[in-house]
Amino acid sequence: MGRYVLRRILGMIPTLAIISVISFVLIQLPPGDIVTSTLADLEQQGQQVTEERIAALRAMYHLDDSIPVQYLRWAGNFLTGNLGYSIRYQQPVSRLIWERIFLTVVIAMASILFTWVIAIPAGILSAVRQYSATDYSLTVLALLGMATPNFMLALVMMYLGYEWFGISVGGLFSPDFVDAPWSLARIGDLLKHVWVPMVILGLGGAAGMMRVLRANLLDELRKPYVVTARAKGVRPVRLILKYPVRLAINPFISTIGWMLPALFSGSAIISVVLDLPTTGPLLLEALMSQDMYLAGSFIMILSTLTVIGTLISDLLLAIVDPRIRYE
Amino acid sequence: MTDLAVASQWRLMWLRFRRHRLAVVSAGVLVGFYVMVLFCEIIAPYGVDDRNVQAIQAPPQRLRLLSSEGIQFRPFVYNHSMTIDPHTWQRLYEPDIAAAHTVRFFVRGTSYKFWGLLAWDLHLFGTADGGYIHLFGTDKLGRDLFSRILYGGRISLTIGLVGVSLTFVLGILLGGFAGYYGGWIDSLTQRMIEVIQSIPQLPLWMALSASLPPEWSGLSIYFGITVILSFLGWTGLARVVRGKFLSLREEDFVVSARLLGADQSRVIFRHMLPSFLSHIITSATMAVPGMILGETALSFLGIGLRPPIVSWGVLLQQAQNYQAVSLTPWLLLPGLFVIVAVLAFNLVGDGLRDAADPYQH
Repeated sequence: MGRYVLRRILGMIPTLAIISVISFVLIQLPPGDIVTSTLADLEQQGQQVTEERIAALRAMYHLDDSIPVQYLRWAGNFLTGNLGYSIRYQQPVSRLIWERIFLTVVIAMASILFTWVIAIPAGILSAVRQYSATDYSLTVLALLGMATPNFMLALVMMYLGYEWFGISVGGLFSPDFVDAPWSLARIGDLLKHVWVPMVILGLGGAAGMMRVLRANLLDELRKPYVVTARAKGVRPVRLILKYPVRLAINPFISTIGWMLPALFSGSAIISVVLDLPTTGPLLLEALMSQDMYLAGSFIMILSTLTVIGTLISDLLLAIVDPRIRYE
Repeated sequence: MTDLAVASQWRLMWLRFRRHRLAVVSAGVLVGFYVMVLFCEIIAPYGVDDRNVQAIQAPPQRLRLLSSEGIQFRPFVYNHSMTIDPHTWQRLYEPDIAAAHTVRFFVRGTSYKFWGLLAWDLHLFGTADGGYIHLFGTDKLGRDLFSRILYGGRISLTIGLVGVSLTFVLGILLGGFAGYYGGWIDSLTQRMIEVIQSIPQLPLWMALSASLPPEWSGLSIYFGITVILSFLGWTGLARVVRGKFLSLREEDFVVSARLLGADQSRVIFRHMLPSFLSHIITSATMAVPGMILGETALSFLGIGLRPPIVSWGVLLQQAQNYQAVSLTPWLLLPGLFVIVAVLAFNLVGDGLRDAADPYQH
């Protein structure tokens, strides 16, 4: 087990290195560079831009170095926690993003929990009562859930919240708490608001998960050991929960890592709709204004979290499922 | 029943597919959608940029059969009569029951170029004598939403197909190489797939499409977005193809083909490919919804397709905030089309998956 963990952790390093190259390429892709967009801004404000100023800016960002050197400098800084400087906000990137990344992770975790709470009972019910009215209605709901873009769901919830309850469902904090420092009251306020994105993201995920659980459980239910247990008189509920469900539930653990990228993507777009202070809106803004260090850092950090998430779920699976061999 | 024993694989698959009722219905819906967008210039009562200044942000008109003169033989619509709310300055619309406008088939209207070639002005349906028909309402410039959804479908529904064909090529080539040759090519491809799958898709799409030059023409942006969508979409298909190649490589019929002296391309294209083509088609069908949703999401955020191109995502952009959603809920209708299209593709994929291996059971 120890060697398996070590090997997996070492295996992460090349993956992360390649992801960092991709993130850096993304920073370089848009036409023009930081200096041209800064100059455009300065000129719009009516400032005269001298040759020396341009040269100073180019030197400040080391733009005259070769691309590989620029990459190594960026990656090296990244490792030491220096994520670069946001042009638009005139602040170090690290000061802008950690709270947003934290909130994104909170929303993602809450959605995973919600997904499980919905998907596990629904999947079990749907499999045990295969081809019943319950099964059909759950299946139809799940298919609808999978087909609905989550921003549509966000818009519809906004509409219903406004029409039926006269409330605005946007935001993650009440106005009093938006800029307040972290405290118990602020955490409570967050919990009061986090359910909206949690439900929206969770429903989409739950639909897919329910289908997987149903298929797995159906496979398990047909196996001889279930017949044996039933013949020996084990009570149905206990039988199903204790044996087939335990096996059918593995994908829930093994796909936490895969759920993360989908959840990060989903939260990016519904955050724009619901105006949530997560990574999505800032990333969008950074991309629009070519604030590429900000954008690159976001992509790099979100991908790193995903890779770590995959690792954690693989390790969990190795612990939970005794059939998994490490070699 | 006896001829089942000698039926070809494709015939068995068709028989199996037909048993999945929902999949058959969905296939019908999809065919209907594609026919509609193929002939959208004719079916749409108005052109894509036609404005009706008498009906700005007007709600959908109802098709009616009952007028003050009793039941009518042919459906008709009432025009809107507009008043402005003195407090909110909001436009309020009431049906103007003074004149009923019968809906006629094959009326002359805005001229258009069918498929960009044939100048014509015939529309499938419309009204005459000063009436207008906006079945799905209008947007803030008074453009007919029904017509725009049809034109938007032409972009949104084809972007999935074009994207999937690109994905197809990438997935089969890379997955095939990995599976057939194995060894370091396989591990390299596997690593690549892992890396791409661990980057959150939407942020990466956002970054890539933000880097498309803003001065590009609409068509170039369309292809740019398609390439971006399929650049990340091939991984799933490559995995399927690789797995199939790995398992087929050891099969008796492949080994004997090789021993009989068939060259590599013959072994691959003549013997291996046909035996898992059905699986590939299934995966491809399942990949289309992701592309449609991706385009919709990007355009909705304003970094995908941009006006004057019309797609379902571009149309949904008008419903981005809750004022719009609460005052003009009909602007969400393009979303309904997205949902139906995605649902139909998923169900057809479901049916195909069951049918893909007709020799099971």
